[in-house]
Amino acid sequence: MKKNSPLAARLAAPAAMAAALWLAPGAASAAAPFEDTLAQRTLACTACHGPQGRAAPDGYYPRLAGKPAGYLYNQLLNFREGRRHYGLMTQLIDPLSDAYLLEIAQHFSSLQVPYPAPAPAQAGADVLRRGEQLVTRGDAARQVPACVQCHGQAMTGAAPAVPGLLGLPRDYLNAQLGAWKAGQRRAHAPDCMKAVVERLSLEDINAAASWLAAQPLPADTHPAAARPAWPPGSPAMQCGSAPLPVARAGGAGEPR
Amino acid sequence: MKLRAKLALGLLALAVVAAALVWWLNLRDEADVKTTAAYAPSESLLARGAYLARAGNCMGCHTARGGAPYAGGLGIATPFGTVFTSNLTPDANTGIGSWSAAHFWRAMHNGRSKNGRLLYPAFPYTSYTQVTRQDSDAIYTYLHSLPAVNQTNRPHALRFPFNLQPALAVWRALYFRPGAYQPDSGRSAEWNRGAYLVGGLGHCSACHSPRDALGGIRQSLALGGGLIPVQNWYAPSLSSPHEAGVAGWDRARIVALLKDGVAPGASVSGPMAEVVLGSTQHLSPADLDAMATYLQSLPDPGPRPAPAPAGAPFNGERAAKLYAQHCAQCHGEQGQGVANAYPPLAGNRAVTMASSENLVQMVLNGGFAPATAGNPRPFGMPPFVLVLSDDEVAEVLSHIRTAWGNQAGVLTPLEVHRIRANQGR
Repeated sequence: MKKNSPLAARLAAPAAMAAALWLAPGAASAAAPFEDTLAQRTLACTACHGPQGRAAPDGYYPRLAGKPAGYLYNQLLNFREGRRHYGLMTQLIDPLSDAYLLEIAQHFSSLQVPYPAPAPAQAGADVLRRGEQLVTRGDAARQVPACVQCHGQAMTGAAPAVPGLLGLPRDYLNAQLGAWKAGQRRAHAPDCMKAVVERLSLEDINAAASWLAAQPLPADTHPAAARPAWPPGSPAMQCGSAPLPVARAGGAGEPR
Repeated sequence: MKLRAKLALGLLALAVVAAALVWWLNLRDEADVKTTAAYAPSESLLARGAYLARAGNCMGCHTARGGAPYAGGLGIATPFGTVFTSNLTPDANTGIGSWSAAHFWRAMHNGRSKNGRLLYPAFPYTSYTQVTRQDSDAIYTYLHSLPAVNQTNRPHALRFPFNLQPALAVWRALYFRPGAYQPDSGRSAEWNRGAYLVGGLGHCSACHSPRDALGGIRQSLALGGGLIPVQNWYAPSLSSPHEAGVAGWDRARIVALLKDGVAPGASVSGPMAEVVLGSTQHLSPADLDAMATYLQSLPDPGPRPAPAPAGAPFNGERAAKLYAQHCAQCHGEQGQGVANAYPPLAGNRAVTMASSENLVQMVLNGGFAPATAGNPRPFGMPPFVLVLSDDEVAEVLSHIRTAWGNQAGVLTPLEVHRIRANQGR
C-alpha cells in the first residue's frame, strides 16, 4: 500500500478518532458512524494504544500501526499464552481465535500513520556512544550481534516478524529489554532475543534504549522485505515464531 | 466413675460415631476398583469421549495458560486458597496413565483419586456424579488417547484447615451425595437429555448457583444465579425472567447464544465466553436443542426482589455527559446498540438485573464476545480501567441502569472499587 493513499487514510481515521476520545474527552461524541470494518471491531485496541502509541498511567502502550504482521500476531499469542504478562491485554484477547488474531495483526500492520518526532536524548555522550555501538555494530567480544543485524539496517524491522526499534520511548524499550532479562517477557522458542539480552548488562540496555529513542525515523518507515543475511563466519541465531493459523488444524477453541 | 471421666468418655464416643458417619458418608456407593468390569475401548467410544470432554469443558480447567492441553497446572482461585488442576494425560508417572477406567469412574462419580485421597470439589464431581459409567468410560478412553505429557501436579495452596483431608471429608458429608441421573418419565427424551447435560457434564450449577460460606450449593437454589467467588463475575439465574431465564425465548435464540456466543440482543462475556469457546460451540444441534428445552422449563422462582434502596443520589447531568462521551458512540444515544455488533443497554437484562458486578467488569476491562464459527470476528469493547475513576464508573452505570425506562438500583463508587481493587495485574 502506498503512503497516504485514500484507503490508508480511511483505515487510519477511526484510530485517530479513538485517540481524540482519549486526548480530549470533551470533543467526543459527534461520533464516526458505525462501519462494519475491522477498524470498528478493534476500537477496543485503539482506545488504549492510540494511533501512534500512548503513555498511560500504568505504562506505555506501544503503537501498532505499520509493524510487521507476524510480529503483532506473535505478540497477541504471547499475551494469550502467558509468554508476556499484562492482565488487561490477556483478558481482552482471551476469547479470540488464532485466525482472528492474525486478521487483527494484518489490519494494524497495514495502517500508515506518521511517527512523532523523537524525544531529545537525556543521556550523556558516553552512554549514547555505547548505545550506538551496540545497535549498529554490536559487541563482538561478548558475542552480542548488532541490533541492526536482525531489526534491519534502517531499524524499521523486517518482514514477517521482526519489529522496528524506532518511534518508541526509552522507558518502554528499557522495560521490554529488562523484562526479557528477568524472564518476564518471552518469545516463541528458540527465543533468540533472550539469548542476546542475557549478554547485555543493565547499563548496556539503557545505552541502547537511550540512543534508539532519540533517533528520527527514515523517510521510508516500512520494514525491510526480509531479515538481513548473517555476515559470513558468524554463528546464525535461531529464532522461533508462530506458524500462521492457516497451517493449523481448527481455529477457535483448539488446544493452546 | 467420676462425672468428668464419664463426660470425656461420652464425648469420645460421640466423636467416634461422628467420624464413622463421615467415613461412611464418604465411601457410600463406591465401585470396587479391583474389578476389571466390562470396559471395552473402541473407536466409537473414543470419538464419543472426545465429544463428551468438550461437553464437560475438561480442557478449560486442566490446561495452564500456554501449557500442554490436558496436562493441568491451572490455578483455580477459591475463597479457601488455590486449587491446581491435575494432569489428565496418560503419562504413567505424572498423569492418569496408570489409572484404570474404574479409577476414573470413581473420581467422576465419587470424587476420589486413584490413591484414595478425596478430591477437592473445584473439580465439579458434585455435578459429574450424575454422568453415566458409559460416558465416563468414553472420556477415559479419549484421555488415554492423548499424547502423554510428563508434568508433575502442583500441590494445592489451601489455607488451614481446608488443606486437611478430614475437613474435606466433613464438607463432603455435608454437601455431597453420589448420585445418578434419574430420568423424569413424565418428560420427553429431549428434555431428559438436556437435564442430564446441564446437571452433569455441563456442570452449569457450579457457577450459576449461590454458594454458602463453606462453598456448598443448596439443591433448591441450583441455577438460581451466583457470584463466582474471587473472580467477581455474577453467573445470572437461569430460571429468573429478570436475569438469564429463557422460558420466554424461542429455542433457536438460546441455541444461537450457546453455539455462536451471540444472539439477537444478547451476547456472552467473561467466564461464559470461555464456556462457549471451549465447550458449547462444539456441541451437536440436537444436544443444544435438548439443553435449551430443559432450560426453558426451569420454573420461575417468583417475583423479582425489590430493587435495593437507592444509595446516594448520583449527579445525573455529569453521568449523562460521561455516557455521551464514552458510550454513546457504540451503544447509541438511547442505549439502542447496533444490531449484530453492540448490545443494546435499554431493556437489557444484563444491565437491569440486581447484581451489577458484570457491568463493572465490562466497563473496567472491556472485552470481546468469543470468536466462534458463527461469529468469527466479534466486535470489542475498550477497557476503561485507566480512563474512568470509581466515581465516574459508578455514575455512568447508574445512568445506564435508570435511563430509557431501565429501573435498576444505582451503584456506589465503593462497589466499583471493590472489584477494581481485586484485579491482580
